[in-house]
Amino acid sequence: MSAHADTPAIPISFKRRAHDAVHDAQLRKNFRGAMDFLMAKRAAQFPDGDELERLRAFGNRVRARALSKLPDLLQRLEANLTRNGVKVHWAETVDEANAIVHQIVAAHEAKQVIKGKSMVSEEMEMNHYLEGHGVDCLESDMGEFIVQLGNEKPSHIIMPAIHLNAGQVASLFHDKLEVDYTEDVDRLIQIGRETLRRKFFEADIGVSGVNFAIAETGSLLLVENEGNGRMSTTVPPVHIAVTGIEKVVENLRDVVPLLSLLTRSATGQPITTYVNVISGPRKADELDGPQEVHLVLLDNGRSQAFADSELRQTLNCIRCGACMNHCPVYTRIGGHAYGTVYPGPIGKIVTPHMLGLEATRDLPSASSLCGACGEVCPVKIPIPAILRRLREENVRPPAAEPHHMRGQGSKYSRRERYTWKAWRTLNTSPRLYRLFGLAATRLSGLIPADIGPWTEHRSAPKPAARTLHELARDHLGED
Amino acid sequence: MSSPHSSVATPQATRLAPPLAGARNYPAQKPAEVYLFGTCVLDLFFPEAGMDAIRLLEREGIRVHFPQGQSCCGQPAYTSGYTDEAREVARAQLALFSHDWPVVVPSGSCAGMFRHHYAELFHDEPATLRQVEALAARTYELAEFLLEVCRIQLDDRGSPIKVALHTSCSARREMGTHVHGRSLLSQLGQVERVDHDHESECCGFGGTFCVRMPDISGAMVRDKTAALAGAGADAVVSADCGCLLNINGAFEKQQQSLRGEHLASFLLRRTGGKSDGVQS
Repeated sequence: MSAHADTPAIPISFKRRAHDAVHDAQLRKNFRGAMDFLMAKRAAQFPDGDELERLRAFGNRVRARALSKLPDLLQRLEANLTRNGVKVHWAETVDEANAIVHQIVAAHEAKQVIKGKSMVSEEMEMNHYLEGHGVDCLESDMGEFIVQLGNEKPSHIIMPAIHLNAGQVASLFHDKLEVDYTEDVDRLIQIGRETLRRKFFEADIGVSGVNFAIAETGSLLLVENEGNGRMSTTVPPVHIAVTGIEKVVENLRDVVPLLSLLTRSATGQPITTYVNVISGPRKADELDGPQEVHLVLLDNGRSQAFADSELRQTLNCIRCGACMNHCPVYTRIGGHAYGTVYPGPIGKIVTPHMLGLEATRDLPSASSLCGACGEVCPVKIPIPAILRRLREENVRPPAAEPHHMRGQGSKYSRRERYTWKAWRTLNTSPRLYRLFGLAATRLSGLIPADIGPWTEHRSAPKPAARTLHELARDHLGED
Repeated sequence: MSSPHSSVATPQATRLAPPLAGARNYPAQKPAEVYLFGTCVLDLFFPEAGMDAIRLLEREGIRVHFPQGQSCCGQPAYTSGYTDEAREVARAQLALFSHDWPVVVPSGSCAGMFRHHYAELFHDEPATLRQVEALAARTYELAEFLLEVCRIQLDDRGSPIKVALHTSCSARREMGTHVHGRSLLSQLGQVERVDHDHESECCGFGGTFCVRMPDISGAMVRDKTAALAGAGADAVVSADCGCLLNINGAFEKQQQSLRGEHLASFLLRRTGGKSDGVQS
């Protein structure tokens, strides 16, 4: 079926990983329970459906306006951040972004980095890169701390360790931190905090992500619940923020609806425990804060999405994770099965721009297009429509113009194309269609009991004795 | 802590989708004649449901026309990314409905294809687009049409029964079929509609998804059939044939006795009509 048998590891093993995940009872139980919990929390935050719809429409317009003048806003952001004393760096690729971070690290002869939660740093595989250069990176978000301790990757963009239950975390802490085994969640968190506390003071550099980069004021807004974000960005002498170019908004007023949508959609909180607004390094008369603040703005394929009016809507995303919380596929397979930094519905539409369609060719197909993601998206990204569009890009001939995406035609198959052309002929020729109906109903006994993937979980469908075309003609006459 | 491990019972069990953007204006009077677009899955697998839809409409005093040239709405190719093929199949259907009678579709997602996606297929063909917009404006899902246009009054003549209603996800989100289906069932005095676990979650059909991703789709339909079987319902009804094909195939494979039935057949039978009964 495939014209490309030798594509990279991610696509080939997606189905295999999905197979393993749906048969992992503990994993299924953990995700079902956690997603139910998160859906209920979000629903409780939006008791008024009309208010929610108005706010979503508002959020969508704010994001669309920001993207409509993205180059201009990025320039204003850079100018205002620079005026505030923040050094702005531009990276087209993750390699460039890592090289920039490494230069800063090397200039300070830094040995230890402490990190607040940042999905862009996951995109860069910053920990792995810096460790290769002899620099220790420690995750300070509790979920990230847990997955780092277990030598795993995040399974959710907001709750990185959501795939684990308390017992699994207890075993991990017992093994790796050599503490007494306890499933007491408060005690486990306390153990984590004690370990991290020392590290905040020892670190040479703090790294964080950014939720909103505000062009008008030249400031970086960061939400979090554990205080680790504030510690990471204020205690070490140098702070490096990394973010994607789409995170810019025009002004502080624009943040108001987006922040409300973000925290309510993500964790079902009216507001997070901490909201950090970072507007530059420590000033001469200030007693604390970093002496240097850097911002690395990463493209990594976002410009490709930006160039197409439909795909551009992908960049509306404010990374709340509601789409994955409500996704029946994500709930069944969990985040790791996707094999990508961003899992779930948003991962399926954003990752093809980062890695190309060859490396992500199965992801657009891994959806029933049920629409749950699009329904809850706080900024109204039409995720099902974009998934359908990616399927179209996936099956277009690889050389067809215009070329919208890297890896176009990665599922192009002449056999499949001929099948659909035959389907078209059948369904555009009434006589042929009725003949097919007659054959299917009269010869239904010939349908084998095993018809591939369908009958793994279902009995073979049995056509009726006569088609509706026939019954209707008998009843109503020829029309 | 990152892993909330306490589960909240069926948070979405009864949650309805948000109200449809822009409430639809329905004609003040029911029309004398309608077209029925039967859909390809119903044509082959549930023809009796199509006939029962025709009988329900006729009982409302409406003359039904079934253009014999009809085939498929084009959705399978459209959702698989074969847009050109979908467009040509859609074009063939467009030619069938020359009178301005309403087009009634006994399958929500196919109705949604007419209502919402044909315009995307023909966005750069202005003349066809006008035709498509006119078609969209007079396309109704069966339950919607019975309820909102016919203003049907159902007289339940059956014995007490508990029923679970499954609605197709795309139909529910694009056409509000859950509202119409629930409302019709509520007219039946002896019918108690029961919720099932994660009612608003997809059954795993998704067109070609069920064969492209058999493991994931299989896990979804197993959960859906378990939820339906566990709801304490005597019967399962749905107005979407793709879902019915999926759910019934899984019930049969699991050797369960429960089967989903098309809403049209259920309504007709409960109100004293004789269901076509071509197929059990």
